[in-house]
Amino acid sequence: VNVDRDTATSIAADVRAGTRRASDVLEEHLARIAAGDGDIHAFLTLTTEAARRQAASIDAAVAAGVDPGPLAGVPVALKDNLCTRGVPTTCSSRILEGWKPPYDATVVTRLAAAGAIAVGKTNLDEFAMGSSTENSAFGPTRNPYDHDRVPGGSSGGSAAAVSAGFAALGLGSDTGGSIRQPAALCGVVGAKPTYGVVSRYGLIAFASSLDQIGPFARNVADAALLLDVISGHDPADSTSLVASPPSATSAIGRGVEGLRVGVVSELVDAEGLSPEVVAATRDAADALAAGGAKVDEVAVPAAVYGLTAYYLIAPAEASSNLARYDGVRYGLRRPGADITEMYTETRSAGFGAEVKRRIMLGTYALSAGYYDAYYGRAQRVRTLIIRDFDAAYRSFDVLLAPTAPGEAFALGAKTADPLTMYLNDVCTIPSNLAGHPAVSVPFGTGPAGLPLGVQVLAPALGETVMFQVAAALEAAAPAPAPAPWRHSPAPSPAHEDRR
Amino acid sequence: MTVIPDVHPDWEMVIGLEVHTELRTETKLFCGCPNRFGEEPNTNICPVCLGLPGSLPVINRTAVDYAIRIGTALHCTVQSSLFHRKNYFYPDMPKDYQISQYDVPINTDGYLELPGGKRAGVERAHMEEDTGKTTHVGGGGRIHEADHSLVDYNRAGVPLVEIVGRPDLRSSEEARAYVDELRAVLVAVGASDGKMEEGSLRVDANVSVRPVGTTAFGTRCEIKNMNSLRSLGRAIDYEAARQIELLTSGGRVAQQTRHWNESDGRTTAMRSKEEANDYRYFPEPDLVPLAPWPAWISAVAASLPAMPADRRLAVAAASRMRPGSDAVITVVRLDLDRFVTAVVSAGGDGELAVKRLANEVASDIDSVGNLDEGAFVRLVAMEGKGELTTAQARTVLKDLLAEGGDPAAIASKHGFEALGADALDSLVDEVIAANGLEWARFVAGEDKLQGLLIGKIKAASGGKADLKVASALLRARRA
Repeated sequence: VNVDRDTATSIAADVRAGTRRASDVLEEHLARIAAGDGDIHAFLTLTTEAARRQAASIDAAVAAGVDPGPLAGVPVALKDNLCTRGVPTTCSSRILEGWKPPYDATVVTRLAAAGAIAVGKTNLDEFAMGSSTENSAFGPTRNPYDHDRVPGGSSGGSAAAVSAGFAALGLGSDTGGSIRQPAALCGVVGAKPTYGVVSRYGLIAFASSLDQIGPFARNVADAALLLDVISGHDPADSTSLVASPPSATSAIGRGVEGLRVGVVSELVDAEGLSPEVVAATRDAADALAAGGAKVDEVAVPAAVYGLTAYYLIAPAEASSNLARYDGVRYGLRRPGADITEMYTETRSAGFGAEVKRRIMLGTYALSAGYYDAYYGRAQRVRTLIIRDFDAAYRSFDVLLAPTAPGEAFALGAKTADPLTMYLNDVCTIPSNLAGHPAVSVPFGTGPAGLPLGVQVLAPALGETVMFQVAAALEAAAPAPAPAPWRHSPAPSPAHEDRR
Repeated sequence: MTVIPDVHPDWEMVIGLEVHTELRTETKLFCGCPNRFGEEPNTNICPVCLGLPGSLPVINRTAVDYAIRIGTALHCTVQSSLFHRKNYFYPDMPKDYQISQYDVPINTDGYLELPGGKRAGVERAHMEEDTGKTTHVGGGGRIHEADHSLVDYNRAGVPLVEIVGRPDLRSSEEARAYVDELRAVLVAVGASDGKMEEGSLRVDANVSVRPVGTTAFGTRCEIKNMNSLRSLGRAIDYEAARQIELLTSGGRVAQQTRHWNESDGRTTAMRSKEEANDYRYFPEPDLVPLAPWPAWISAVAASLPAMPADRRLAVAAASRMRPGSDAVITVVRLDLDRFVTAVVSAGGDGELAVKRLANEVASDIDSVGNLDEGAFVRLVAMEGKGELTTAQARTVLKDLLAEGGDPAAIASKHGFEALGADALDSLVDEVIAANGLEWARFVAGEDKLQGLLIGKIKAASGGKADLKVASALLRARRA
């Protein structure tokens, strides 16, 4: 059995106890990045020096008897759509070239306050639009399990970084599955919290009513630990919930005896799913039943309209959110003879094809005369999805569904046809539309032996039971594929001796 | 002056005004930056009002408070409301959308009562954020010919309330009276400083014309860039005349936004309906519905001071004058009604008080700080009792405004010992005796001779006779 001494839980415990130095933990991770990220390209920017200063201050705090916090010394990878003061924040777009935010996102501040160490900014599909991290202006990220395959997306950089052992934890953002799908493809845990549980202040918006920041980790307990650190009301975000957030960690380890688990019929029957992922979902259900849960199938009929509604709502909001990248105030500016030409030149040069496609889609969907038929109707579908989920949760505590349609696909395999790419999110989107939490847990493997993910879905603010079930799934999961980072050089004994 | 009755008696104007007022909050609508006018460019800015990536708006409670105050004062229904995004590209708009309210505004369906008593409908009074300010350098100051442009975002995110009036106004005078009255209401509720010249109050006018007696609306044009009441009136009159001329010469009015040029007194087309932006309104996902609870709304209503219309009614009642009379309107507009109240509660003559205030005090309003309420009450009492003539009372009041003091002391300094009742009585007899022929004709019913006799009394008394009392004495002797 592989014992991962670099889980967030064990790093934080060791650093707080003074048995391991944050600086040593950091150097071990930096060494792995140096050895592995040339191929994987999880990071766009490394904040090595700031991380070293932060680690030193944590070590000094521990030496002085001060507790640095629940994530003491834990290296974290940040998706590059989270604002970091003075550090380039690109959204993987040329349009933000050279821009350094003058402020930190709320989650970045909370991580630092908890003693975590940000090691760098990770690659993503431009403005989080994509499912493979191939839509990056700075080149794709590769799956740590197989460098010829995608890590998923849009938070592919953070998923790969955690999977490859470059960081114990990662933060991503999930608008239609952008945390859960890459988590599944990279064999890690990824969660999208209830909308409003984590502040969006400092998250560069894609689709504001759907975006939510969430954790990546190599196990369920670590993901829950990170979520508990970043969740909670933020007066800077009007959509942040005022109620105390549910604890993600409190019910882990309690098993599933007596819990009611529903397998969502529409999502195991969804278009384009591989037989392996359907089988994995059914195996997961069986494993929970064996653990004492009452398992049954449940219908969420409106879920089948999720993808269509999503591809109206998300681009509509994006078309407005991305209007500000006009060359006037920051980022890229291309000259033009007049203001209109400057706008056109700048935006034509600065945005990639997928971003342009969605801006056009969204602009159209909001146009006079089309609003009711498109945006208005999509919002009504959203109401129906919430209604159907609510009905399901009257009989079930949590729901199960596949995460992605299959294991990681080859680089370039789906870039030619956007609709094929969009189908990657068919099982993840309903949770975003409903504002509900969902977590992807590695469960089973695909035909090439690569990881698959199964989702646990919960009602709004149901994070406690969601992580309880996720932990049970994790414990019951078939023997996991070897974690890729184990292939990297082990930390040298010199580090051990210096401690 | 009214174009239509004078020049085009067969045509009627239809005017609806959209008034934007900046709210006098300490900070901006969605962030903590100071809401201040006239500072160094781009000093009162932050990630939120600059629309930096990742920033989010949080509404300013005081701005909501002011919006509710305005809505309540305009007799609107204050309701749970939504913010929308109004999408269009302009360099002084940091996010390239404006957060505004669209189909569910905070205030709907009220009215503004004009001094003459007419109620002009208010369709809505909604909240929105202001834009920055662009200065175009070169190219005559127009954006498309400029060499370059400078943008100051200090004003970006300043809270505004837009008051959308119904097309209920029928002349430029009414339009001016509407803005004047609205300004007084906005100042009274504390929401605005009401300075049209500084742009804290901005007025756009929708103008159309139609033949008198018809009820359908004509095609309207929206006129922008009037920065005073005077230019508002001129612009409306010009625009109505232009439209009538078009229609009477067989042309059609095109629906347009037109720009008022103060210097040449004309409106020129800015953009037509076809060129108008599709603003792609949709609910602002970064804000939750704005739902003021009933207790909040009623607390605001209870805290409002008396509105100008109510104050005019009170002054009118105290003075037995019409609420729409110029004197009453002036007294309220200049905040002089407390003097009327003081006079009346001391048992004095309210009408006399209003006249002195609307004439002498109004014409020297900058000195009103010197005028003590008690001194004014005593002055009006002296005049009312005939101890001072009207002319003498005016002189004393001018001195009171100039340097304060006691009216009795000022009167005696001027030698204004009003003729005592006995002295006046005998003076009247003397004048009658000396002007027997005129007196006989007056007795015979020629009322116009009263003026001549009074003039003789005034001259004989050296201006010290109270002429009202003298008139009464004349009439008493005739009876």
